[in-house]
Amino acid sequence: MMKRRTLLATAPALAPALISFRALAAAPSDLLNASYSPTGELYKAYDTFFVRFWRGKTGTPVTIRVSNGGSGAEARAVIEGLPADVVTLAIAYDIDAIARAGLIARDWRSRLPDNSTPYTSTIVFLVRQGNPKQIRDWPDLIRPGVQVVTPNPKTSGGARYNILAAYAWALKANGGNAGKAKSYLAALLKHVPVLDASARNATLSFTQRGLGDVLIAWENEALLAIAEARGKGFEVVMPSLSILAEPPVAVVDKVVDRRGTRSLAEAYLRTLYSPDGQDLVAQNYYRPRLPSVLQKYAARFKPIPMVSVDHDFGGWDAAQKKFFADGGIFDQVSLPSQ
Amino acid sequence: MASDVLAASLPATRGSGVRARRILIGIAIAFIALFLVLPLGVIFAEAFSLGARAYAAALADPDVRAALWLTLGITVITVPLNTAFGLAAAWCLARFRFRGRGAIIALIELPLSVSPVVAGLLLVLLFGRSGLLGGFLEAHGIRIIFAVPGMILATLFVTFPYVARELIPLAEAQGSEEEQASITLGASGWQTFLRVSLPKLRWGLLYGVLLCNARAIGEFGAVSVVSGSVPGQTNTLPLEIQALYDGYRVQAAFAAASLLAGVAIVTLVLKAALEWRHREELRATRRVRVA
Repeated sequence: MMKRRTLLATAPALAPALISFRALAAAPSDLLNASYSPTGELYKAYDTFFVRFWRGKTGTPVTIRVSNGGSGAEARAVIEGLPADVVTLAIAYDIDAIARAGLIARDWRSRLPDNSTPYTSTIVFLVRQGNPKQIRDWPDLIRPGVQVVTPNPKTSGGARYNILAAYAWALKANGGNAGKAKSYLAALLKHVPVLDASARNATLSFTQRGLGDVLIAWENEALLAIAEARGKGFEVVMPSLSILAEPPVAVVDKVVDRRGTRSLAEAYLRTLYSPDGQDLVAQNYYRPRLPSVLQKYAARFKPIPMVSVDHDFGGWDAAQKKFFADGGIFDQVSLPSQ
Repeated sequence: MASDVLAASLPATRGSGVRARRILIGIAIAFIALFLVLPLGVIFAEAFSLGARAYAAALADPDVRAALWLTLGITVITVPLNTAFGLAAAWCLARFRFRGRGAIIALIELPLSVSPVVAGLLLVLLFGRSGLLGGFLEAHGIRIIFAVPGMILATLFVTFPYVARELIPLAEAQGSEEEQASITLGASGWQTFLRVSLPKLRWGLLYGVLLCNARAIGEFGAVSVVSGSVPGQTNTLPLEIQALYDGYRVQAAFAAASLLAGVAIVTLVLKAALEWRHREELRATRRVRVA
């Protein structure tokens, strides 16, 4: 009798648990983020934070996994069926490619603040301790005896900013003469002993293998390399003109609608813009969008004159076509016959 | 032994012969030390560079463990499949002469001449969302590419020839007289296979399986193309090693690499031990093969 009563008493208590379990099963609480390699450290920290934040807010435990690779490779994988709920890539061009394949709405850039780029970066030089080759600005890179390390812009999305920054400086220095700007790029590429396939490979070539005198890198990558150097010293040199790098983020509509993870995926990206998210962004060497956080890390992120792809190169589609398509400016200045 | 006989039969040139021999052996040892032992040593030196505790911590990492289990899982599936296929192919190709036989042998060896990256891309072209079977797979919610099934297929493809190519020449050289005798004496097909054919092929089979196993564990290129690159889910040990190295975790990368090096050493020792235990039998089969 006693036993039956307790059983009866627990039944109503169990029912909601069963229902919530079913609700859980209906909406998966795991998220896959397809990200480009240099964000590895950022998202490791952010995911830990977000899991705690989400549990506090909704009471639901959530697991976040990250697929890490080159920006173009990750975009390709999502297009071919990698079930990523969100993508956090190096350049808008790669997310546009996923949108063209019909997996993301075409207007993805306007769905989140700041063109869907919650953090930015810029292109800087990383040199060895004490700056032995006295590298101060772009013209120093083509002095005799200077070896430059930069990844291949054909395979590395991030490296396209390096080429565009160099071109923007050369164009300005030569009073807008495109022919002279091209000759500068050609001269610069003659100083590159090897074009690594990805940005991280180039960084490792410079820092671990000791290749070259200067690495053209994203600021976050350069600052991280200094933090990871352990004894081997490096310095960041800010050129007189650089470019605003805007790594964008987007929800993959087709995937979240199929899996029922849209609200979780949207919250995951939106929280990047929150003060806590922005602080983690700054801690991991990306420039935060929020002015108050940028202020807090003012010593780390020095102001630098920048051009932008949208204003000065007519957007990624135009820049891609003009510079990096087959037969574009990069091919023209890097082919051996030129 | 042969060199002793040679040296004894040439007393006039003995002095210079010894010197030449020593120089040659010295070169061989130096070469092995430089290109095999030194890199192997570097792996372990880097793996333990932050002490034994850091080494243990690196291997206790859940992502590294998951990568190890995934690698072993893929190997456990692919090696038996390719072993069974290799045996069947060798038996069929050695026993029968038919039209297209040469073409089949060439096809079996194809994965050796195709770059592993191309092999991976082939699978993407076939099973990817915009691939040949992509629409069907998506409609039925079946995931092959960027998931474990694709990684198994990629490994199957690249390790396809190892057992077969060891066995085909061996089976051809041995002929089928013993099998014919066995059948004539009333043994069934299975009995003949298990008691006559298989023991004859044992050593070739062992080599083939060891090679197949080593390649399955170590494969990088093809698997990296079809892997989702998600640590803890679709990273095999070689992929995890690269991910760790790229993430500035050099010591952890080498600790994981030491596992692969360990597998290689164990494989080598196992092979040597088996050969030593069965040395009499091995010598006998070699004599048979020469005769």
